[in-house]
Amino acid sequence: MENSLDPALPLLEVRGISKSFGAVRALQEVDFTLRAGEIHALLGENGAGKSTLIKVVTGVFARDAGIVRLGGEEVAPRSAKAALQAGIATVYQEVNLLPNLSVAQNLFLDRQPMRFGIVREGEMRRRATALLADFGLDIDVAAPLGNYSVAIQHVTAIARAVDLSARVLILDEPTASLDRHEVEILFGIMRKLAGRGIGIVFVSHFLDQVYEISDRITALRNGRLVGERETASLPRLELIRMMLGRELAETTSARAATREHQAREVCASFENYGKAGYVAPFSLELRHGEVVGLAGLLGSGRTETARLVFGAERADRGQARVEGAAVRLQSPRDGVRHGFGYCPEERKTDGIVAELSVRENIVLALQAKRGLHRPLSRREQDEIARRYIKMLDIRPPDPERPVGLLSGGNQQKVLLARWLATSPRLLVLDEPTRGIDVGAHAEIIRLIRELCDDGLSLLVISSELDEIVTYSDRVVVLRDRAHVEELAGEAIDVGNILAAIAADGGGAAHEGHA
Amino acid sequence: MKGLPPVLITAIVLVAGFALCAMQFPNIASTRVVGNLLTDNAFLGIVATGMTFVIISGGIDLSVGSVIGFTTVFVALAIERWGVPPLVAFVAILALSAAFGAAMGAVIHVFDLPPFIVTLAGMFLARGASFLLSTESVPITAPIYSTVSDFALRMPGGGRLTAIAIIMLVIVIGGALLLHLTRFGANVYALGGSRTTASLMGVAVGKMTIKIYMLSSLLAGIAGIVFSFYTSAGYSLSAVGVELDSIAAVVIGGTLLTGGQGSVIGTFLGVLIQGLIQTYINFDGTLSSWWTKIATGVLLFAFIALQQGLVALARRPVAKRVGAAS
Repeated sequence: MENSLDPALPLLEVRGISKSFGAVRALQEVDFTLRAGEIHALLGENGAGKSTLIKVVTGVFARDAGIVRLGGEEVAPRSAKAALQAGIATVYQEVNLLPNLSVAQNLFLDRQPMRFGIVREGEMRRRATALLADFGLDIDVAAPLGNYSVAIQHVTAIARAVDLSARVLILDEPTASLDRHEVEILFGIMRKLAGRGIGIVFVSHFLDQVYEISDRITALRNGRLVGERETASLPRLELIRMMLGRELAETTSARAATREHQAREVCASFENYGKAGYVAPFSLELRHGEVVGLAGLLGSGRTETARLVFGAERADRGQARVEGAAVRLQSPRDGVRHGFGYCPEERKTDGIVAELSVRENIVLALQAKRGLHRPLSRREQDEIARRYIKMLDIRPPDPERPVGLLSGGNQQKVLLARWLATSPRLLVLDEPTRGIDVGAHAEIIRLIRELCDDGLSLLVISSELDEIVTYSDRVVVLRDRAHVEELAGEAIDVGNILAAIAADGGGAAHEGHA
Repeated sequence: MKGLPPVLITAIVLVAGFALCAMQFPNIASTRVVGNLLTDNAFLGIVATGMTFVIISGGIDLSVGSVIGFTTVFVALAIERWGVPPLVAFVAILALSAAFGAAMGAVIHVFDLPPFIVTLAGMFLARGASFLLSTESVPITAPIYSTVSDFALRMPGGGRLTAIAIIMLVIVIGGALLLHLTRFGANVYALGGSRTTASLMGVAVGKMTIKIYMLSSLLAGIAGIVFSFYTSAGYSLSAVGVELDSIAAVVIGGTLLTGGQGSVIGTFLGVLIQGLIQTYINFDGTLSSWWTKIATGVLLFAFIALQQGLVALARRPVAKRVGAAS
């Protein structure tokens, strides 16, 4: 590969790691190299395999294949604790410390200084204060950790990890809940630790921060390694293409013929719609028989837009209209009442009820819409389930099978069926093709087009740009929780979307494709 | 209100309650009444100390009342029927109850079962076993019993600090030291904060769970012996519902029922408050003793509401921060 960089001895070497969960291949032959004293960004969209890679390296998941070497020696930790003892520490976004214990106890839990079986509280506090002073923190270490901000909790977690003689520090989205000033403090600490020879893996979806702090970038996509580059010589557009796109030449030609859409009636419209601190006000028109794609990086506000549209989150400004009439969307119930449907991204936790049968899952939304005092008879339920199993080709075609036993693609179809049964006018799909195999993938895309031909209005989120390009009539591009561009007709291609996403990278925006 | 620890509120309630009772019945404010109060509630104080550890660690132990009942029957039979020397009987029952607790802790950890269910099973098991031993009350006449009952330290004002009250005070103080000064104590809080996180941070969660339930059952065994001193008899129906009284004492003492926060001292104050209510009812003479339960119930509600308020107050700024940042 392009691994002819400087010959500094690698601190952490990951070679040929593979990991599957059932039929889903989460990681395939992934390599990763971390040098001592560098800050190495690990990037990729949701489902790219970042978390899985971290969990395999730290022993939370057992790996199917591959080796991990730390300082030249092969290691195979069986648990996070074993990894920590070997010198690999991880600090997660949701801090894994105990908010009910004091800062000092958190730093020294299970290794407190003792005398005659009694914890030397004073000595422990002195050491804790000294340790945190090294990280630029001057706080009361006797107070409960939960009293402090997330930033201080992060620093405490890092201090504990480093004090446990960590040589490799993995920071998983450490800045997600920090403000600008706190991020600066954290970066200062990261640079200082790197200066001491600790290798730092920085996982983040904030590209500005990645460019600010990292020496090197490794990008993953769909469980595979895309490449490892020096940050300084990697244009932003190129990076985004590594994370999102496939080869441009392949995809632009795959775009289906654009259909006329101007003449279609508006199904729902949102004027200056938004919520402070959630997503910036946007205006969006959704027409019957039209697919609108939402494109952008993870955290750009795609899911947030979808949730506002459906009513899962309450807007604090703007006006929503359905078929021209002003409406208020205060809750998912309102959304359902106005004929909206929403298939969320986290199918397993937010969508299907795994223990219930296919039939019960399909009639769920329709029954909720009708209300409890108008139950669907068993015959009606069977009829509906049969119809959609046939229409969407759900396999196996057994309405009584628990949904949890179906494959990802078929679970997605059950979710679709649930909303279709309510005869919606607008369907919001968040990453409908995530985690399902290639065959089902194509089928879902075909379904999206068919539904649209039947007059349904669709709002679809996807990280797969070529997929969005294939089925969208219009594409809204988001960046930093705001709608920044709307592409329609011939303007829809992967290059234009990438350019719009990367636009705030200044000069780097257009140099990548000409 | 914020920053005032719940245990301080418990202390204020106790002092205020004591002052009110003393205003109505001046005799209450005497070392004699206080000494009796400590003696009458000695077994409850001991068992509630163990319950404090369990609840702070995020668990619950419903078996303690039954363990007390079993202990009294076992001790009475061993001494009176089987001719075992009292001290040997004590050691045997303490070993037995500690093993019983350890077994419950092991089941909770290994099979990842809710403590509520496991200790509920333990409760039926221990109560059933005590009926198996004897269904009738067995009086204990061993000399050690009269010696211990007669022993008391004279307090100024004529009050008597009995042997069992002293045992209780020693255990409360010992428990407080164990909880607040040792690594074991810190780990108890860690478990109550989050078992997963504590395990990630290196705490041996399995061993800790076993030790905590072992401690609770051991203290229930001691409470059983103390109870047998108090009544000079062993009876399989003794101490029914004591597990609930002790949970009430723990919660009134400011320990969070969800775990992670609390203190042994608070529990001790909670026991005293329940004892004070009982004493007041005795002094009044016209009230049914069930008023103790009603008053305890009202207090429980008040304290749970108070804790929820404090927890909400403590969480508010954090929630705000995160909301603003995301």
